[in-house]
Amino acid sequence: MLKTFKLGGVHPAENKLSADKAIEKLPLPKSVFIPIAQHIGAPAQALVKKGDSVKVGQLIAKSGGFVSANIHSSVSGTVKKVDLALDSSGYPKQGVFIDVVGDEWETGINTSSQLFEKFEVDSQAIIDKINEAGIVGLGGATFPTHVKLVPPGGMKAEMLLINGVECEPYLTSDHRVMLERGAELLVGIRLLMTALKVNKAYIGIENNKPDAIENLKKLIASDSSIAIVPLKVKYPQGGEKQLIKAVTGREVPSGALPISVGAVVSNVGTALAVYEAVQKNKPLIERVVTITGKSVEKPSNFLVRIGTPVQELIDAAGGLPEDTGKIISGGPMMGKAIASTDIPVTKGTSGILLMPEPESKRKKMKNCIRCSRCVTVCPMGLEPYYLMTVSDKQLWEKAEASKIMDCIECGSCSYTCPADRPLLDYIRLGKGKVGKIMRARKQ
Amino acid sequence: MNQKLLTISPSPHVHTSESVNKIMYRVILALMPALVWSVFMFGWEAIRVTLLAVAACMSIEFAIQKYLLKTEPQIMDGSAALTGILLAFNVPATLPAWMIIAGALVAIGVGKLSFGGLGNNPFNPALVGRVFLLISFPVNMTSWPVSQHVNVDALTTATPLGLLKEGIQNGQSVSEILPHLPHNMDMLYGNMSGSLGEISAIFLLLGFAYMLWKKVITWHIPVFVLGTIFVFQGALWVINPDKYIEPIFHLLTGGAMLGAIFMATDMVTSPMTVKGQLVFGIGIGVITVLIRNFGAYPEGISFAILIMNGFTPLINAYIKPKRFGGSN
Repeated sequence: MLKTFKLGGVHPAENKLSADKAIEKLPLPKSVFIPIAQHIGAPAQALVKKGDSVKVGQLIAKSGGFVSANIHSSVSGTVKKVDLALDSSGYPKQGVFIDVVGDEWETGINTSSQLFEKFEVDSQAIIDKINEAGIVGLGGATFPTHVKLVPPGGMKAEMLLINGVECEPYLTSDHRVMLERGAELLVGIRLLMTALKVNKAYIGIENNKPDAIENLKKLIASDSSIAIVPLKVKYPQGGEKQLIKAVTGREVPSGALPISVGAVVSNVGTALAVYEAVQKNKPLIERVVTITGKSVEKPSNFLVRIGTPVQELIDAAGGLPEDTGKIISGGPMMGKAIASTDIPVTKGTSGILLMPEPESKRKKMKNCIRCSRCVTVCPMGLEPYYLMTVSDKQLWEKAEASKIMDCIECGSCSYTCPADRPLLDYIRLGKGKVGKIMRARKQ
Repeated sequence: MNQKLLTISPSPHVHTSESVNKIMYRVILALMPALVWSVFMFGWEAIRVTLLAVAACMSIEFAIQKYLLKTEPQIMDGSAALTGILLAFNVPATLPAWMIIAGALVAIGVGKLSFGGLGNNPFNPALVGRVFLLISFPVNMTSWPVSQHVNVDALTTATPLGLLKEGIQNGQSVSEILPHLPHNMDMLYGNMSGSLGEISAIFLLLGFAYMLWKKVITWHIPVFVLGTIFVFQGALWVINPDKYIEPIFHLLTGGAMLGAIFMATDMVTSPMTVKGQLVFGIGIGVITVLIRNFGAYPEGISFAILIMNGFTPLINAYIKPKRFGGSN
């Protein structure tokens, strides 16, 4: 029996159209827009101004606090302006516009493809390097990695969990990284283990990626400190709490962090970035992005410089299909619909999904028939139908008592509702309001 | 920048192919084997009653929604048709047309639309209609037609439960009544008198299997209800087999199967959590056995389901699902 998490979960059509497409380097764009807030926490502070010339890997915005991250230029060229533009959130955000000239890298960055396995750095040196390189969680949450590696007072990490689940339909970027860059990934994992001072790491991978499981098993060989854990395919297994439950059986208490059960979770893309930062002195300036969709001519996995407009990926994949009705940054379950193809790839962009028109429209909501499917599929054991009602009626105390803040916004409830009710929309509204009330109470 | 207008909406961006209509039509499909059997047993009368009940429920819903509530009629969602079939299944095949229409009016008008339509009714509409008919027209509602396949010189007969109750009330022991009751095997496939759709356990179970396969319902409520009837009646039987009949008899008679599989599982009126469904199912089982053995009516599952429907909001309020990372 394959391991998985116990409560809830759904199994949407996997549609991993680009699973067998090797990672290709996307040609350099003509210009990039690099937002200075690509992570959870304080925005970085821009260090460059109009007219400055920058190199690949040059620090262009400095971390704006403890929970923040450095931003580096992903291209060489001239800063056109520092200004507002839309990012995938749909809001105008501050960022650096750079016109690309050539491809000149900062000295000290090793751009070879040679594998550097050995390292003699200690925990603090690794954490400092990660901080310097501006690494954030590449699974999509974009939480600064260096913060995660320093457990808050008194808590101690017992194990590192590597998230190779990729439970979102369509997305294949982590899959390809595990297949093509396994050796580097494992060095990254060992670096993270050293940083955390743990001697055990588990890589959770859903068993719809048997080739990735095989490849990593082969590479790990006799190293007993890293274990591959094949998991049953179930969404949202890539959720931090669900992954910990699936792999270790431990349950993170309501309102607590994974570290409370001794676990630190990192995505495979993040581990690869850690390898490049520590072993090759390369900041986080590019990532693997899946471009896919049912009507897309060439679904692909591209290595993309941060700040590249989505349009470039679409062109490289054969152009925007005629029937496109929606463009999603991320997967179909948790990704964000974007308003234009000018929006840049950022550190958290795992994929771009082009949805055909008929699928991109919602159906009309009908009465709730209390079928309890939303309750059954909720991985947090909540009652989405009830949370929707209390949010609609603004009964915030009831929403809080019913654990609305535990919702991880995985969307399983809305996905599964036979009456097409936008359960998660209402729950998000409720969460926003209840969160505000709770913060006000603390002050 | 492309000129195309893109849709912007919050996640999730994909949706299951399940829908309310699909659920309703699958339940209707699951009822078809039992309907075919009742046509075999009662002839075209069964078709007449069913079609009339469905037509009445759908047109009453249409009329009320369009002319009284002035909303978009939703009759094609399958729920009114389903109520019609369930109402028909709960009456004798000889019921006069006007009574069926009256039952449909109460089921849809009072039982469903007065509360706000599909999803808002606290009680199972078909059972509201049936109980209204049973209380208003007790004679017609308990005159059971003799199957065309039984070679006796009579037009009406009593149900097995009715025979049992009458015998017990006349002071007979179970062993004295037993020769007058159909065999369990006959009752299993439905060679007995009774309401149109309740008689064939085997065909109702076939529908149950189909609904489980299509994941329309889960096994919990039917198993909890039937299990409770079996255990409770079994306990009574062990205590005094002269006064209380063995439990299998009770599972195969009086609409226990129809009620447990198709009426108690009505999503709108049953609890949301498995734990809640356990309480709900046990409640229905216990009340059914109590009414059948100690009450005035020979059968009691309709009343039991309606009573537990009334408790459903309370059950939902107090029995919560197991929270992830919670202490419960």
